[in-house]
Amino acid sequence: MSVIEVRDLTIALPRGSDRTEAASRVSFSVERGEIVCLVGESGSGKSVIAQGVMGLLPKGLPVTGGTMLLEGEDITRATQRRLRELRCTRMSMVFQEPMTALNPVMSCGDQLDEVLREHTRLSPAERRRKILDIVREVRLPDPERMVASYPHQLSGGQRQRIMIAMALVLEPALLIADEPTTALDVTTQAQILKLIQDLQARHGTGVLFITHDFGVVAEIAHRVAVLRLGELVEFGARDEVLKRPRHDYTRMLIGSVPTLKPHARAADGAAPVVLATRGLAKTYRDRNWFAQRREVHAATDVTLEVRKGQTLGIVGESGSGKSTVARCIVRLIDPSGGAILLGGVDIAAMPPGRLRPLRRRVQIVFQDPYRSLNPRRTVLEAIIEGPRNYGLARGAAVARARNLMGLVRMDPDSLSRYPHQFSGGQRQRICIARALAMEPELLIADEAVSALDVSVQAQVLELLEDIRNRLDLAMLFITHDLRVAAQICDHVAVMSQGRVVEYGPAAQIFGAPRHEYTRALFEAAPGRDFAFGAA
Amino acid sequence: MDLQTLSVESANIARRESAWQRLHRNWSVRVGGCALLVMIVVAGAAPLLGTVDPTLFDAASRDLRPGQSGEIMTLDGELLQHKFVMGSDSFGRDIYSRVIYGTRVSLLVGIATALLALAFGIVFGLSAGYLRWLDGPLMRVMDGLMAIPAILLAIALVALWRASVLTVVLAIAITEIPRVTRLVRSLVLSIREEPYVEAAISLGTPTWKIMFGHILPNCVAPLLVQGTYICASAILVEAILSFLGVGLPPDIPTWGNIMAEGRVQFMAYPHNLFFPGVFLAVTVLAVNILGDGLRDTLDPKMAKKV
Repeated sequence: MSVIEVRDLTIALPRGSDRTEAASRVSFSVERGEIVCLVGESGSGKSVIAQGVMGLLPKGLPVTGGTMLLEGEDITRATQRRLRELRCTRMSMVFQEPMTALNPVMSCGDQLDEVLREHTRLSPAERRRKILDIVREVRLPDPERMVASYPHQLSGGQRQRIMIAMALVLEPALLIADEPTTALDVTTQAQILKLIQDLQARHGTGVLFITHDFGVVAEIAHRVAVLRLGELVEFGARDEVLKRPRHDYTRMLIGSVPTLKPHARAADGAAPVVLATRGLAKTYRDRNWFAQRREVHAATDVTLEVRKGQTLGIVGESGSGKSTVARCIVRLIDPSGGAILLGGVDIAAMPPGRLRPLRRRVQIVFQDPYRSLNPRRTVLEAIIEGPRNYGLARGAAVARARNLMGLVRMDPDSLSRYPHQFSGGQRQRICIARALAMEPELLIADEAVSALDVSVQAQVLELLEDIRNRLDLAMLFITHDLRVAAQICDHVAVMSQGRVVEYGPAAQIFGAPRHEYTRALFEAAPGRDFAFGAA
Repeated sequence: MDLQTLSVESANIARRESAWQRLHRNWSVRVGGCALLVMIVVAGAAPLLGTVDPTLFDAASRDLRPGQSGEIMTLDGELLQHKFVMGSDSFGRDIYSRVIYGTRVSLLVGIATALLALAFGIVFGLSAGYLRWLDGPLMRVMDGLMAIPAILLAIALVALWRASVLTVVLAIAITEIPRVTRLVRSLVLSIREEPYVEAAISLGTPTWKIMFGHILPNCVAPLLVQGTYICASAILVEAILSFLGVGLPPDIPTWGNIMAEGRVQFMAYPHNLFFPGVFLAVTVLAVNILGDGLRDTLDPKMAKKV
């Protein structure tokens, strides 16, 4: 008997949505001791299906057809009371963001205890023993201290382990993991994936793992279900689906995943240096009259060079200081030491008045396409704002905006629309057009493709590469994703804890990493043994 | 990341309906707006609603019950037969006329105070939130203002400047400015971190343009809501000041004045307090309901939580 069997599940969307059904006749099953990956891009309905199984759908999204059998029991029309009994005991869920899924004012131990009190009749001593056991089992160090800690005192990975402990403490038959590693760094992600695999194998739990990342799929899945706009397009064994995808959509998705092999473009070593940093440093100081001063070294001794027509990638995990470097170079924050040479002129400590004419030469594209454009301004206003600031006449600025829309492959007639009328990928194109309107020499992309779906990501990456070649731009590309870096960078700097630990041509870093941290990053990259992008 | 995009997508679905349409459909906005509109029409059309000059008095028509008829002498010495719908006070003045004319004062004070407090609050809040060096000094002044009880401060200011509509408006507005400033400052502090503001900085946009062109337009919705609450509270405070005898001079009919004068005879003639009280309550309620409706439609996230 399957742990969960979903047959022809249909979930309706509210009227006025972009389609009528969040999930249309979706059928799949999870067997004991098996990991099934539900993979799809944003809006594919994968999270909605997970919520449907857990009975957590919001009122606006009713189940309108199909059946869901949890170990043979029909839970499609189960009462709220029955569902409450089933949750945690027979099925449980781990969410993407462990910080918001845990209650910040309860200690982790109390939250685990709550689960046990709710569903078992164990004595306090037995509960305590069980809690410490499960905390040990998710490999948290010093269980006594962990149990007494509050969520904010733990790291993201530790919090996710607590979530997993909570989900598994009653040994449910089904574990639903909704993007549980998406918010985590790549090395932490590797550990959590390993943990889920181990626990699942030991307890024979069936796991429904929701993800958008084909690397993760290649790493842990036994079987894969591919979703597209609420429809299941392909369901089969991992190697079947990944190596011999039958559906065009699956083939396109897998083809969009960048490979870990760097491209073989020869970088011209004699190209002029557009921007160089020398010993760049940024230290945050807690200014406090009474307590001791605290110092955080966000970036230390960063020395880099970006040449015309080439891309330098800065790769690192969160908190490595890669964005700090970018923001220092754009002078959104003031560096606390070192030099930033823009065409030979040091702008690191330049006063705002003298800096202003130089600003146009360095432009930046941010990560979040939904927050990078002022929601109350049209696209046209956004793009011409910069040129107008530097005295370009309105007519000329509008003409330039129309040109640029063509360059980023968008319809120039959509200039009069507002940002919310565009998708994430289109907004990112608009942001690129806005940056290019300044005719910069250096374009900084700060995680510019990280929030995008893999197929859109491939298109935007291609666009960036095309623009760099066509305009002979220097590009500084900041990313946490090694695959993306491999695809677009000529040189790579690996940062960790504010320092550049390895810096060199992409081929050399990807081919023969020397620093131990770089090697750890490569080790952790999910699906590294799998040749993507070739399909 | 996925959850976030999902919520953004659903926000977009909700936003497809224009803000104006949602305002129209909202029950609170309709009721509050209509009630307030009626009050504004009443205030505007006061002379046409069967009223007499609210300052006229006639010793022969003192302390009439609601609905009784009597006579009242105009300034020209002409004697008018008049039906006292809401009765008369101990000077023989028509309560109905006074209450209707009082609507003008209350709405004027409410709306003028809201506009004035918003204008100053926006300037101070934007400056404190965006210009870091101004933040400390400006906010400490605001904290100081907030430490003084609002009514006490208003009484002191009116006493200092002599009572008139302008001084009462100023006095109430000054007590509201710190609250608006705080609100705007907190909005600015979160909006200034938005990537689109950082993008504007790197596009070389001058600071004042960022403040008024990028940040302020994104504060409008909460400010509109705050404006209605200030309006309601100003109407109340004006009535309180007048009731305490430190608001507008007694020759201007305001709801607070009418109630203050009727207070002595409350046991014998409760209508002196009842009618202005009802108007005051209805108006303040209408403005508050309108404010709630605005909040719900302009900030749907908030509406679901409440």
